[in-house]
Amino acid sequence: MGIENLFLGFQQALAHENLLYAAIGIMLGTIVGVLPGLGGANGVAILLPLTLRMPPTSAIILLTSLYWGALFGGAITSILFNIPGEPWSVATTFDGYPMARQGRSGQALTGAFTSSFVGALFATVLITVFAPLLADVALRFGPPEIFSIQLLTFSAFVGLGGGNPLKTVVSIMIGFILAAVGLDIVTGQLRMTFGFTGLMQGFDFIIAVIGLFGIGEILLSVEEGLSFKGVSSKMNLHVVLDTWKILPRYWRTFARSCLIGFWMGFKPGGATPASFMSYSFAKRFSKNPEAFGKGELEGVIAPETAAHAAGVAAMLPMITLGIPGSPTAAVMLGGLIIWGLQPGPLLFTEKPDFVWGLIASMYTGNILGVLMVLAFVPFFAAILRVPFAILTPLIVVLCAIGSYAVHNSMLDVWYMLIFGVVGYVFKKLDYPLAPLVLALVLGDMAENALRQSLIMSQGSLAIFFDRPIAGVITVVAILFFMMPIIGPWWRRLRGLPVSAPTPREI
Amino acid sequence: MRAADSITASILMALGGIVIFDALRLGIGWGTDGPGSGFFPFWLALIMVVTCAVILLQTLRSRSDEKFVTLQQLGPVFKVIGPATAMVLLTEFVGLYVAAALYLGIYMRWVGRHSWITVIVLAVSVPVLTFMIFELWFLVPMPKGPLEDWLGY
Repeated sequence: MGIENLFLGFQQALAHENLLYAAIGIMLGTIVGVLPGLGGANGVAILLPLTLRMPPTSAIILLTSLYWGALFGGAITSILFNIPGEPWSVATTFDGYPMARQGRSGQALTGAFTSSFVGALFATVLITVFAPLLADVALRFGPPEIFSIQLLTFSAFVGLGGGNPLKTVVSIMIGFILAAVGLDIVTGQLRMTFGFTGLMQGFDFIIAVIGLFGIGEILLSVEEGLSFKGVSSKMNLHVVLDTWKILPRYWRTFARSCLIGFWMGFKPGGATPASFMSYSFAKRFSKNPEAFGKGELEGVIAPETAAHAAGVAAMLPMITLGIPGSPTAAVMLGGLIIWGLQPGPLLFTEKPDFVWGLIASMYTGNILGVLMVLAFVPFFAAILRVPFAILTPLIVVLCAIGSYAVHNSMLDVWYMLIFGVVGYVFKKLDYPLAPLVLALVLGDMAENALRQSLIMSQGSLAIFFDRPIAGVITVVAILFFMMPIIGPWWRRLRGLPVSAPTPREI
Repeated sequence: MRAADSITASILMALGGIVIFDALRLGIGWGTDGPGSGFFPFWLALIMVVTCAVILLQTLRSRSDEKFVTLQQLGPVFKVIGPATAMVLLTEFVGLYVAAALYLGIYMRWVGRHSWITVIVLAVSVPVLTFMIFELWFLVPMPKGPLEDWLGY
């Protein structure tokens, strides 16, 4: 059944208008990925209102292509400007920028894009194989299993997210509490509105994404006093072909990074740790590790392959379980609901054309993407040379338009501004934003799953341990939650050095 | 950094307190058919308050001279947030397109010191282009004011 469905999916993905949407999405996505203050998540959020009248398959192709584009865009700024456009491209700057300074920017960029493509393709193949199987299993999930998966999602942020785990917990709680504001659909009571009618509609996570990531990010970048000193890109067909000739030599790095990326990526918050882990593994297994950090092609290949494999793998839990693995996937999940689709395993049986169109578009989108970025690098690099005083108000206006369009409400635009300031403060104080957004998205689902489970068990928490699947997942989740406590203790016991704090995902 | 960290943790604790208060009003125990409306928020807020208290202790015990923000950094931040707030306020009265045009123009001239030609061309063309994309092609309405009324939209 798999092959036929994939074939049907390709018919969707290769339709002329969908290829056009993919191209537009990649173009916009790369621009968004290059620009400071805009990333995959809020790019998708701002574009979402425009997709209301599109067929859902075209809409998701447009939005996912934007996501692929944003992933590619991060590499351009990392290599040419030493500015990681996205957190997962930080590791790419280590060797990418030195290469560009040595006049090997073409080689670095070609290497980065090709690795991204390889990582993405690998993850897409795995999604093609595993998504239907996982969806089949997920169909049998009841409320306790759903709640335990939610626990696992958030425990991954606490255990693997890096930074101060306590602050991660606080961010998650804020997200869930914001999600609970407004009408409780189970009992019909108003919660935490304190008599303000404005609070009755609750907080929409799309507004939160636009404010936290869009406005917050701009405030952070102006504070740092932006000055872009870029190395010009030297790209031509000759460089591309020459680089492609030497890339197969690094097949071991490719294979290792693909696996790391996919493994880290289907858990939330995985792309950034995946890129760092892949970089350090490449360095450890290299014959000349001292060349790393000074412009080694392998140091660009490893993080880019892993980051893209992780970025694509983040789509797996979204389409099979209805649980997004990243803020961008969360916004897309919001899109599914707006287009009238029910995210989760039922999609595979009820809307096969949509799911398989989406999976097929991952292949076409990434092929189209790598060709487009290779061809248009100078154009994308030129965007960073647009003066900041022009970019800033443009981005603010786009954010305002995007927030208003979600519910046609001016109140949302005010919320967006407030979220912007909160995002700025939180980011400076190391409160992570991604778990907050994910909790805001999943809040109602988590609460319903918890309530229904407790009704099933007459109020006993044992239900999360008694059922085999839920039990295993809950135990793993608890382990992840305990990781910040067990980790240092375990290291001391084995006489290992205390690990350096890892940087935050977003 | 310490001051900002402790203030944030304290504010979050206070907010958590308000949530707990409201959750108690709604009922945190077993309702007629399952956990009450206040059950989930109560436990969330409780975890948040306790975690914030630990963060507060951590912060007070730490020694860090790092500044949260310097005055030099705060200038540009206010230069962004001030005009942006003014634009949103203006949108309430004159609609988004006119507010965006004024905001773009004033910001580019005041902060960027770009030439009048650049300023006027961009401040006019961007709102006109967004108007075409949103109102005409994708039929997504934006807040409009007297100018759009006068033009008949």
